[in-house]
Amino acid sequence: MSRLQKLVIGRVSLGILTLFVVSALMFVGIELLPGDLAQQILGQSATESTLAAFRAELGLDQPAHLRYLDWLGGVLRGDFGTSLASGREVSELLGPRLANTMFLATYAAVIAAPLAVILGLLAALWRNTLFDRGVNLTALSAISMPEFFVGYVLILFLSIKAGVFPTLARIDSATGLWDALYRSFLPALTLILVVVAHMMRMTRAAIINVLASPYIEMARLKGVPRWRIIVQHALPNALAPIINVVALNLAYLVVGVVVVEVVFSYPGLGQLLVDAVSSRDFPVVQAVGLFFAAVYITLNVLADIISIMSNPRLRHGR
Amino acid sequence: MGNLLNIRGLRLEAGSRARPNVILKGLDLELDRGEVLGLVGESGAGKSSAGLAAMGYVRDGVRFAGGSVEFDGAELIGMGRGQLRRLHGKRIAYVAQSAAASFNPAKTLIDQYTEAPRLHGVSGRATAEEDAVALYRQMQLPNPEEIGFRYPHQVSGGQLQRTMTAMAMACRPDLIIFDEPTTALDVTTQIEVLGAIRDIVEQYDTAAIYITHDLAVVSQMADRICVMKDGEAVETAPTKTMLDAPQEDYTRSLWAVRSFRRPDAEAGEAQALIRCEGVSAAYGPMTVLDNLNFTFPRGQTTAVVGESGSGKSTLARVIAGLLPPALGQFFWNDAPLEPRLAKRDPATLRNIQMIYQSADTSLNPRHNIREILTRPVRKFTGRKGQELRARVEELMDLVDLDRAFLDRKPSELSGGQKQRVGIARALAAEPEFIICDEVTSALDQLVAEGILRLLVRLQTELDLTFMFITHDLATVEAIAHKVIVLKNGQIVEQGGRDEIFGDPKQAYTKRLLTSVPQMDPEWLTEARARERSLREAQ
Repeated sequence: MSRLQKLVIGRVSLGILTLFVVSALMFVGIELLPGDLAQQILGQSATESTLAAFRAELGLDQPAHLRYLDWLGGVLRGDFGTSLASGREVSELLGPRLANTMFLATYAAVIAAPLAVILGLLAALWRNTLFDRGVNLTALSAISMPEFFVGYVLILFLSIKAGVFPTLARIDSATGLWDALYRSFLPALTLILVVVAHMMRMTRAAIINVLASPYIEMARLKGVPRWRIIVQHALPNALAPIINVVALNLAYLVVGVVVVEVVFSYPGLGQLLVDAVSSRDFPVVQAVGLFFAAVYITLNVLADIISIMSNPRLRHGR
Repeated sequence: MGNLLNIRGLRLEAGSRARPNVILKGLDLELDRGEVLGLVGESGAGKSSAGLAAMGYVRDGVRFAGGSVEFDGAELIGMGRGQLRRLHGKRIAYVAQSAAASFNPAKTLIDQYTEAPRLHGVSGRATAEEDAVALYRQMQLPNPEEIGFRYPHQVSGGQLQRTMTAMAMACRPDLIIFDEPTTALDVTTQIEVLGAIRDIVEQYDTAAIYITHDLAVVSQMADRICVMKDGEAVETAPTKTMLDAPQEDYTRSLWAVRSFRRPDAEAGEAQALIRCEGVSAAYGPMTVLDNLNFTFPRGQTTAVVGESGSGKSTLARVIAGLLPPALGQFFWNDAPLEPRLAKRDPATLRNIQMIYQSADTSLNPRHNIREILTRPVRKFTGRKGQELRARVEELMDLVDLDRAFLDRKPSELSGGQKQRVGIARALAAEPEFIICDEVTSALDQLVAEGILRLLVRLQTELDLTFMFITHDLATVEAIAHKVIVLKNGQIVEQGGRDEIFGDPKQAYTKRLLTSVPQMDPEWLTEARARERSLREAQ
């Protein structure tokens, strides 16, 4: 087995292990939540015996570790259980929401990632010029404001004052693609503003770091134009940190949308999670949490693997 | 007036404009087509900056502050970036000191070769690749058809340096700047690279500026030599004249350094302080030292020589107890020496000290010299108070350093002074045995000679035994009583200095000795002829 294969297998197994640990931690976390589901659903007037019967029916009277193993077994078979609040299958509840969240995240990612990398490259190319300072200032201002604030500012100017985009991003399975893109433009723009700065600045820093290498001076003395030095000579050697920060931000686009979804009433996983937590509907919380963790871990493992592959010393042995 | 390059009154400055740090103060150079000019000088003389300035290029933070650089009738200072770019790589090319650092690690060698011809519109990729293979063959690289498609880390240092020279040749430039291209190479590799560079430059009648600190190397390569010091040309003359009759004192002192020999090289028989019996050592599965048997005679200097990877530094680590041997045993005065550092008694720890190659990294930059010397004196000799202070001052006297330096930080000292502090620190423990690991390699020749003289004096005064690790045979000849030649972790040959240098028995030792560049301009031609006949004989 080659060194590269070993590294990749190592990273993937570590990712799976992390997922298990996260699922256990989440279970414990939910156990620690104050309040009682039976009480919540049946109301304050329920008698002690009805509460007990209700708990027995849902299996809430079992010890925690048994419930965890039971739940884990179900997940491995693809069964996420039923929602305690609505009685519907969790997977059925999750499906359309998940599609919406992924749509919004992809929408933002497809614009934000290339934009950030290109801005970063240009900022490195025109280092310490007005362009560089301008881009940095704008990006930093955007990242310094909380995303709900950015969302409301966008609504105020683009929706209420200019009237170009709708205030609420209501989409469902009947909405066509162009319509969906139009309606969810504001939440997507909010997310873009929030993630671009981080990726852009990392790209700029990584490129500038590489620009100090002797092989960059060599390229200059070969008469290579500056933009070509940045793209052809510096970028391939700066990929590892850039890929990692892009992955981290893509993960954030999926995991961190909660607030943005609430601001724009976008029917995604974030909304679902908020509702589920407030109603103590732990099968739903568990499932959403597990999905978020899986996205986070997968993207990071992928980033690890791609940055390993971007190193010619590992790709081509001696 | 040179008909290719004319540098007149060139002044380079760095730092603030109000109080600039002057790198070149009015340098004049000229070069004809097809001529090779050697630029020689010690570090800080400004020779690399001069080489780059000949391309109209200065590093970040450095600026042109006067004078002119005229290449083929065109003024390079103040020339537009685009125009300059059209010259770089096409008409003026550059070969850097470290090929390993100057090739882009993410691209294949041939990709980097073809870049300049394609950019400058000299040829397309396919033609450029064919041309690369032809040049690789001329440079006598192994597998010329295939080697270009490798990445830099897959090719050895000597091969990389030849590949880089081929790359500089890609557009058949009028002028190539060679900036210390063989300094990082072993002597046996250096011969091949020097030969290949000289052939290719002669064949295409390319003019070159060859920058180096090594006089012997430059006398092989250059038609004319310019000696530089502190940003100025001290003396310029044709190679033969410069070697036979140097005019300036500074030039003569550079020439004389190489003739230093210790007066007491014939020390005769002495009792063994350290005896090594059948020692082998390994890093994991890789054997680095293989069944070594030798002695270090008391009060003498034993030089351990070998090329990179021969295991000489590992041997020092084994003796110091940092890497216990896998097999075999050391004896100190005929008593077994504890192999592990952690288990050695205080007397053994005190008796074996080290001096390192780089005083920069082995002295704590946050401590002043007094602190650096006081701690080992207190720890190893238990002196206190007035006695301790007196001993620290005495150590400074021993290594010929002004006591006023005691309150300075290492960064306020020159390279040679720092190395003297390193020596004083080793002496603080009052050891019998000192391992000197490439102690003069990072120093300029004049400074290195001072350190060697100091070590010889200390040896006689304090009856010290030295293990002297180096790859530089000139240093060995200057300082050693006894020589051990290492190759791939095995002893090839050992014996007295005159025995090894005067009458080497093994083919490898002979090759090593004949690979050391000599001041004779014919040396390279003769050495290559010898190599060739040796190869044919095999």
